[in-house]
Amino acid sequence: MDAIEGVRVALDAIRAHKMRSFLTMLGIIVGVAAVIAMLALGEGARRQVEQSIKSLGTNLLYVRPGSVRRGAVRLGAGTVRNLTLEDAEAIRAECPSVADLAPYIGAGAQVKYGNRNWSTYIVGATPEYEAVNSLRIEMGSFFDLTAVRTKARIAVIGKTVVENLFGDEDPVGRIIRINRVAFTVVGVVAERGGTHWFDPDDMVIIPISTAMFRLFGRDRLSGINVKVWSEDRMKQAMVEVEDVLRRRHRLDESKENDFTIRSQMDIMSVYGETARTMTFLLAGIAGVSLIVGGIGIMNIMLVSVAERTREIGTRIAVGARRIDILSQFVVESVVIGLAGGVIGVAVGIVGAQLLNSLAGWNTAVSAQGIALAFGFAAGVGTFFGIYPARKASRLDPISALGYE
Amino acid sequence: MVLIKMTGITKDYRMGEAVVHALRGIDLEVEGGEFLAIVGPSGSGKSTLMNLIGCLDRPTSGEYYLDGRKVSDLSDDELARIRNKSIGFVFQTFNLLPRTNCLHNVELPLLYANIGRKERERKALEILQEVGLGDRIHHNPNELSGGERQRVAIARALVNDPSIVLADEPTGNLDSKTGSEIMSIFSELNREGKTIVLVTHERYIADYAKRIIFLKDGKIVSEDAGILR
Repeated sequence: MDAIEGVRVALDAIRAHKMRSFLTMLGIIVGVAAVIAMLALGEGARRQVEQSIKSLGTNLLYVRPGSVRRGAVRLGAGTVRNLTLEDAEAIRAECPSVADLAPYIGAGAQVKYGNRNWSTYIVGATPEYEAVNSLRIEMGSFFDLTAVRTKARIAVIGKTVVENLFGDEDPVGRIIRINRVAFTVVGVVAERGGTHWFDPDDMVIIPISTAMFRLFGRDRLSGINVKVWSEDRMKQAMVEVEDVLRRRHRLDESKENDFTIRSQMDIMSVYGETARTMTFLLAGIAGVSLIVGGIGIMNIMLVSVAERTREIGTRIAVGARRIDILSQFVVESVVIGLAGGVIGVAVGIVGAQLLNSLAGWNTAVSAQGIALAFGFAAGVGTFFGIYPARKASRLDPISALGYE
Repeated sequence: MVLIKMTGITKDYRMGEAVVHALRGIDLEVEGGEFLAIVGPSGSGKSTLMNLIGCLDRPTSGEYYLDGRKVSDLSDDELARIRNKSIGFVFQTFNLLPRTNCLHNVELPLLYANIGRKERERKALEILQEVGLGDRIHHNPNELSGGERQRVAIARALVNDPSIVLADEPTGNLDSKTGSEIMSIFSELNREGKTIVLVTHERYIADYAKRIIFLKDGKIVSEDAGILR
């Protein structure tokens, strides 16, 4: 019996038991749909993270002060220097790959307006911060060099801060208090869109000199954001910045960097890794339901074999070989698995759309996700079909025919 | 020409500790074109003998030649091929596939003989017309009477043009009038040259055959010529 006839026989058997076949498929349908929806959810989250990191600016290097090592290599407290404004100026002067840079000092603080207050992140920055971080100013303006020179008490605030302190009020020109110091709001940064992990709109930007001398009382930088001329010079720029800082910090060859340089790529891959782990976890749980669906197939096929013992005996009597019986039942469970897979893919895509439009979660159905879920469904159908099919093919024809 | 030649056939079944000797040395020859009935009380071994002749089982000892070929030690797949090509079964309980129409039921042996769909349909239709069911081909077995079902089963047994038709109590589930209709189909087939081996425990059914062997306790005890024909 050839393959086409085998499939036809299987389809006849499935059609003959419509309700039972559908219920068997249901396990696979739910499993495949769940896997696809979960993968789509994970992929959507990953893309969103990627996009919001990109929105923070392109071609950026993040230089951060390193922590003091307390490990085997002991450095005297005085030999470790944090980043300073002089370091930033040296990078600007000596690194040809660097287009621009923005040193900043940041810390969390309580911000008050009237009787409302909001805990947010204060960034003391230079005017370059606007261009380097690709900020768009929605209302008012960013501050200029004069503001830094005069330690002006003015602030540019993010959307999240606007929402929480001002509601619908126009914030420009209003007075807010940061740690009891009064600041005039001069601008609002356009929304950059956050993720569940990180909200770039939840910050207040003030002149760096004001932050150092009026607010925090320290002059060590929290970091330097470095803009590189182009993407293909990122590696080169990292080397240049590292050389300058090692020289300025007097680190000889035996000593490790007392700072870190990370590119946007590094950060993206960290977040990407997190998102991937979540995706696999969710899809794994969904995959368990596929296995359960497979056990459902096996269960029904065993019932079917028992119920059709006489049919199997008859087929053997008219000349079916063991392999014919085996393949008949395997094909039947594979067809159930595949049909369940097809319906499951459709349900999964619709489900992902619904999650998007009803729950507002970002979802992205990927071709790999569909292929994975579908392939898994076919595999489950085959695997769990083999045992009942073997059982059928090993029936003794005489007892199967109902003799003695 | 000798179609079936059995010498010293025995068949033992193991039932837990005990061994049941179902057949204790059968010597049997059947010529092509014969109409043979195997008669005996239940437990006499006639079904076991039938299964051996039909290549559904292998003897414990002894030799069985079918159509000049030794089949007593063939593999499962070779036996399946012989059942497919050389033997047509008719069962007491008809054994038609439920939810499958007459045409497809009759096509079944051709399916396992790897015959194309058009040719299968043509042959099945031809045989169904011969047994008088040309207008019932799209009916499922549960829409047919017992006699009609057995005629479908006979059509299925004949469709591969086998050397032997094996019938196991073919009238056991039919009333006597329908039973004799079915038996006259066998007689007619035999007149056309088919070899028929019939198993029954009823003497008046056996009398349709031209030769009757009586089985008791796994041995052939006597032989007789049929009286009706």
